[in-house]
Amino acid sequence: MADLAIETEGLVKVFGTNRAVDGIDLRVPAGTVYGVLGPNGAGKTTAVKMLATLLRPDGGRATVFGRDVVRDADAVRGRVSLTGQYASVDEDLTGTENLVLLGRLLGHSRPGARERSAQLLAAFGLSEAADKQVKNYSGGMRRRIDIAASILNTPDLLFLDEPTTGLDPRSRNQVWDIVRAVVAQGTTVLLTTQYLDEADQLASRIAVIDHGKVIAEGTKGELKSSVGSGSVQVRLRHPEQRPAAERVLATALKATVQLDPDPVALTATVDGQGTDLGAAEQAARALAELAGAGITVDNFALGQPSLDEVFLALTDRKGTTA
Amino acid sequence: MSTVAPGKDSRQTDALAFEAPRAEELAALLVGQERPPRPGALSASLTFGWRAMLKIKHVPEQLFDVTAFPIMMVLMYTYLFGGALAGSVSAYIQFLLPGILVMSVVMITMYTGVSVNTDIEKGVFDRFRTLPIWRPAPMVGYLLGDVVRYLIASAVMLTVGMIIGYRPDGGVTGVLLGVALLMVFSFAFSWIWTMFGLMLRSEKSVMGVSMMVIFPLTFLSNVFVDPKTMPGWLQAFVNNSPVTHLATAVRELMAGNWPAADIAWSLGWSAVFVLVFGAVTMRLYNRR
Repeated sequence: MADLAIETEGLVKVFGTNRAVDGIDLRVPAGTVYGVLGPNGAGKTTAVKMLATLLRPDGGRATVFGRDVVRDADAVRGRVSLTGQYASVDEDLTGTENLVLLGRLLGHSRPGARERSAQLLAAFGLSEAADKQVKNYSGGMRRRIDIAASILNTPDLLFLDEPTTGLDPRSRNQVWDIVRAVVAQGTTVLLTTQYLDEADQLASRIAVIDHGKVIAEGTKGELKSSVGSGSVQVRLRHPEQRPAAERVLATALKATVQLDPDPVALTATVDGQGTDLGAAEQAARALAELAGAGITVDNFALGQPSLDEVFLALTDRKGTTA
Repeated sequence: MSTVAPGKDSRQTDALAFEAPRAEELAALLVGQERPPRPGALSASLTFGWRAMLKIKHVPEQLFDVTAFPIMMVLMYTYLFGGALAGSVSAYIQFLLPGILVMSVVMITMYTGVSVNTDIEKGVFDRFRTLPIWRPAPMVGYLLGDVVRYLIASAVMLTVGMIIGYRPDGGVTGVLLGVALLMVFSFAFSWIWTMFGLMLRSEKSVMGVSMMVIFPLTFLSNVFVDPKTMPGWLQAFVNNSPVTHLATAVRELMAGNWPAADIAWSLGWSAVFVLVFGAVTMRLYNRR
């Protein structure tokens, strides 16, 4: 286990007066999908570029599988692949030509590169587009050829920089399936995204980055519990009982209760604070008290906070970010 | 893990866009794959040269500057200056053709900078730069592809020249030697443009700077007239210009002579260009 694919200490990159990456510490375990989450301009791409040896860090240190990304850049390049936000393939060339070109550059013989290229195109559902120029591909197809190019030689570490930005839901799901297949074969994936949903679906650990700094790091569960436990949604049968229900919930949960536009619905946060009870137990007691007060409850749901809520809570600066 | 069954649907909505990736096939491709040994410097450079050829295949319009432009240069200068400078067109073409060939090809080299500048902004260069290959290979490949363009330009110009009346005394050997020397020089000289292509921010500025370099360098030479008619200070520049040495060497080779000194100067300058501007180019390339 304990093998680290990436380790960084105080990684810094400065562009002019902008500290794009401002002291990032990461420890990415090998064989997992690690999500780097952050709004536009948070420094995600800059960090990835340093790790992929495209940019030289201005401070700190980073190693990939124990090799320094500056001093031992060539060794790092032998083990990583990068798929950027924009297509990292040549748009003037056809799908086959792109893959054969990269295959040759990775040391395959000409027939070997052709064979591998045909197999990959087939596996990525691109056989029919093999002889078309990439500039005629749809967004989803571009992203697929791009990832295909990244796994020509199965990399030990794959950087996916916002792989689904701008894709329709179907293409996005296809990319997710590909990522899962890649990681199932033992490749470590560093995934940057601004979609919480994506991190939630794919990543086992997540670092939230904003303004060049890691502002939270952990498993999905840890991140979620760090900003409170969730909320209860209650639906009553009789709208006239709502004021009473509001008082009961406010007392039972020691939290503010929100009145929804729907006249029979209420929502209250359960933060699990000031008590030893778990959020679910707290909610159960509140439900019992509602029943005790003679209020008819038709529906009662305890929701986990979404990563969206976590993200907004963490990156919120007077409501300006995200 | 969800997988999508391959070929489950025969209804063709948009077969291309909706053809789904196949996870099992993909998984099979990823396991047990051995990495082949890294390609050598030459192999990697030639592969990038092949990329340049593919680009010509897909965007043949880019050959305009190595076909129409050289024809225009030959015709324009021959008929413009022929009568005044040498008494007749057929007399002038004997003197002019090797020189105008050198001038045109050296001028065409400047498009290298523009293509490097536009290409490097594209994502595909990030991929090249993360490959474990000999670092200068993408640039060398570029220039190898350009040598093919220069060869096309040379063939076009020699053909037009022959039609007008150019008759090289050096025969096929002399012409081929002259073209070979021109290719070596152009390859080396192009490193100036790769440097500017990487250094400057926009295509326009690359174009502007290139003009500033190329016009004085090619016109202030012995391509059109004998430098003896020029003022002394200009002669000093012209007689030592690399383009003059190259033009003389090519002219003499094609005339069947062996201009050892000018060949040596041309090759010497070529070495200097590669060493100086090649080094600066690679420094810029690695720093990006």
